[in-house]
Amino acid sequence: MILRVNRYRPGVDDAPVFQDYEVPDREDWAILDALTHIKDTVDGTLSFRWSCRMGICGSCGMNVNGEPKLTCGTFLTDYSGPVTVEPLRGFPVIRDLVVDIDPFLANLSKVSPWLVREGEEPETEFAQTPEQLEAYKQYSMCINCMLCYSACPVYVLDPDFLGPAAIALAQRYNLDSRDMGDRFDVLSTEEGVWGCTFVGECTSACPKHVDPAEAIQRYKLTAAMRSVLPFTRRRP
Amino acid sequence: MAAEEVDVLIVGGGGAGLRAAIAVAEAEPDATVAILSKVYPMRSHTVSAEGGAAAVIGLADSLDEHAYDTISGGDWLCDQDAVEAFVREAPRELIRLEHWGCPWSREPDGRVAVRPFGGMKQLRTWYAADKTGFHLLHTLFQTTLKHTEIKRFDEWYATRLVTDGERVHGVTAIDIRTGRIDTIAARAVILATGGCGQVFPFTTNAAIKTGDGMALAYRAGAPLKDMEFIQYHPTGLPFTGILITEAARAEGGWLINKDGYRYLQDYDLGVPTDTPKLRSMELGPRDRLSQAFVHEMQRGRTVETPYGQVTYLDLRHLGEAKINARIPFVRELCLSYEKLDPVTDLIPVRPVVHYMMGGVHTGVDGETPLQGLYAAGETACVSINGANRLGSNSLPECLVFGARAGAAAARYAVQAAKPDQQAVRTQGADERRRLEQERDGRDGGRERISEVRALMRRTLEESAGIYRDRDSLEKAAGTLADLRERAAVARLEDRSAAFNTELLAGLELGSMLDVAETIVASALNREESRGAHQRTDFPARDDAAFLAHTLAHRGPDGTPRLSLLPVTITRWPPGERVYGR
Ligand SMILES: Cc1cc2nc3c(=O)[nH]c(=O)nc-3n(C[C@H](O)[C@H](O)[C@H](O)COP(=O)(O)OP(=O)(O)OC[C@H]3O[C@@H](n4cnc5c(N)ncnc54)[C@H](O)[C@@H]3O)c2cc1C
Repeated sequence: MILRVNRYRPGVDDAPVFQDYEVPDREDWAILDALTHIKDTVDGTLSFRWSCRMGICGSCGMNVNGEPKLTCGTFLTDYSGPVTVEPLRGFPVIRDLVVDIDPFLANLSKVSPWLVREGEEPETEFAQTPEQLEAYKQYSMCINCMLCYSACPVYVLDPDFLGPAAIALAQRYNLDSRDMGDRFDVLSTEEGVWGCTFVGECTSACPKHVDPAEAIQRYKLTAAMRSVLPFTRRRP
Repeated sequence: MAAEEVDVLIVGGGGAGLRAAIAVAEAEPDATVAILSKVYPMRSHTVSAEGGAAAVIGLADSLDEHAYDTISGGDWLCDQDAVEAFVREAPRELIRLEHWGCPWSREPDGRVAVRPFGGMKQLRTWYAADKTGFHLLHTLFQTTLKHTEIKRFDEWYATRLVTDGERVHGVTAIDIRTGRIDTIAARAVILATGGCGQVFPFTTNAAIKTGDGMALAYRAGAPLKDMEFIQYHPTGLPFTGILITEAARAEGGWLINKDGYRYLQDYDLGVPTDTPKLRSMELGPRDRLSQAFVHEMQRGRTVETPYGQVTYLDLRHLGEAKINARIPFVRELCLSYEKLDPVTDLIPVRPVVHYMMGGVHTGVDGETPLQGLYAAGETACVSINGANRLGSNSLPECLVFGARAGAAAARYAVQAAKPDQQAVRTQGADERRRLEQERDGRDGGRERISEVRALMRRTLEESAGIYRDRDSLEKAAGTLADLRERAAVARLEDRSAAFNTELLAGLELGSMLDVAETIVASALNREESRGAHQRTDFPARDDAAFLAHTLAHRGPDGTPRLSLLPVTITRWPPGERVYGR
């Protein structure tokens, strides 16, 4: 099997180039196994990020044959013929398959992604029923792998767009019965939910079934209601 | 000049490091604090913890029972003052995490739910389905974003501690993105760099778990403690080493051999029951379960696969609804990596290197013998885990001792003298020269880093696995000395500055060799069997000679110098470990 890998070394290459590597066509290998095989035995200069190798740390997202994928959970057997591996689209490339994730983290931070509470911390836990947990649980499953950003036609053109994962994370806290925060001013903007053209690519790309597209649509509804009804503060 | 100067520098952004950072910010709001980590904090390996976090919560339970389970689970090698602090503070830590938003699984009335876990006599393991570590880490990370005073050096790799022999003054590190080698001066440094499972070939541990923090401390003169105690988890998936959490057995899963027989009943772990019984059978401690596997293999009752001998984990009787509700990640992992469905199929499993009980020697506030240097989490040995950690004790360990180390380091830093800029400058310059030489002068080497690394891993598996003996350990010590020389001249093809992961792999190999040498030397020295350290040539526990910790100091020639340190016993004198009866 041929892996056609995008290479770029700052200061050395003027522009990214493809390099072909022959890898054993093993049926239990993920794309990531083939990349580590190249690094360990063929070419020590190839750079990429990876860590847990079990689909939970979110490090190893790349574009495989043009689609954003977690390379530890995408297998050689899913492809026939040469497989193209490129850095995630939509982010500046630092080197080879490594992209700059600081813009993504900056967006996450904008939505106040923490539990907002007022008053003294009690001695015991805040009560939350399984149903209340269910209300936001799905949106708490995001592993920050950024595949949804890479798939999003809006973000790729406009990096100021908050983007799917950040909005889903905001909804994770908005819908948490323990949270008293208000994220309206950040979310109900052109860079926020109103920037989304509802293509739904984010949801198709998400390896963890977070469904950010739904999170965005739901907040659009909330925001629309807010602009017609007087604002009342939520109290859990 | 140092790039930066902070009061408290935390190396590592996993559970322990993030918790420590919040503790610094709360204890001394005026102190400056930074987290330096080789991966973005939410990529740290805490993310992969599945089963849960133990802390006494129910009325039926008591702190003493949690302490006793921990101490007997650790085969009496735990320091009991540390265990007492741990069980006392764990509930508060898990409640704080709840207040910060952690989505703990719940009872119908809204209280936090708990599940059974191996070696625990009561239900006290809090869980967030089977992604506990993931939720814990993201909750902590997101909470640190609220504390804008916590500065971060993301994707910086610490290479050395700056010291004057008595006190720490900062670290040298590589900014991975640019390749710049710099120093960060600090009044106090907390190592929260996680474990070292990567010294073995087959492990649940991520690629980043290379024991760097242990090597940093060791080279700076701080001793490593109890390095011979390595936990094998009984249920790893063959080939990948992906963990199938103990929660699968806590929810009622069975371990069966090739004949479909629940073989643990033959190893003094109790009698099979249909529903799980605490501290019995599949809910016995991990050391005993992994040892039972080896005996089954020797009896020819395991199953041969392309990736070694396996037994099976049987979850089929739990049914789809329970599997989806309680252990959905187990199903996801099996479907993705084994192409099988635990609802209808048996899961092949074998013991896999999982956790390091040993680590940087610390007291109950994370303090090390080197002034200003603290350690917490898996990289530290405080020691609450003794000779065998109980599952679900290490996430709360990260929180309790991360918080303690953070608070202690903050208190120390506000009264300590400023870091010695002269030492920072000269040691920084030395390190820059060394690293540039590493990067630029090694393209002529014959062997690759990965070849030496593979040999090291094989050596460790053959000598320091579930069962050990003098001959194989002595041979391993010789092989490691040889590998150290070969590692020093192994080839580095990548000479670029930006994101040079080959250079990092070389430095990580250096850390792992230090760790490997201390493991082998400590295992050789301990002529008894206790917990996860089983010597076929010394099969019994020997309290008269070895109710003591092993300390490994780095000697002048670079090899470990060993000594023993008494175990702290407060209320639980050494006794027999009894499971299932
Ligand atoms: C698969 C798996 C499942 C587990 N399940 C459970 C469970 O259910 N319950 C439980 O209690 N425990 C569990 N454990 C154990 C527990 O998860 C770990 O012991 C714990 O998370 C370790 O946390 P830590 O903060 O010490 O280290 P880590 O989370 O590993 O973080 C280490 C940090 O140090 C940084 N670092 C390392 N070296 C350097 C360097 N040279 N320079 C800069 N930064 C560096 C890394 O970037 C990282 O941020 C599990 C472990 C595994 C592997």
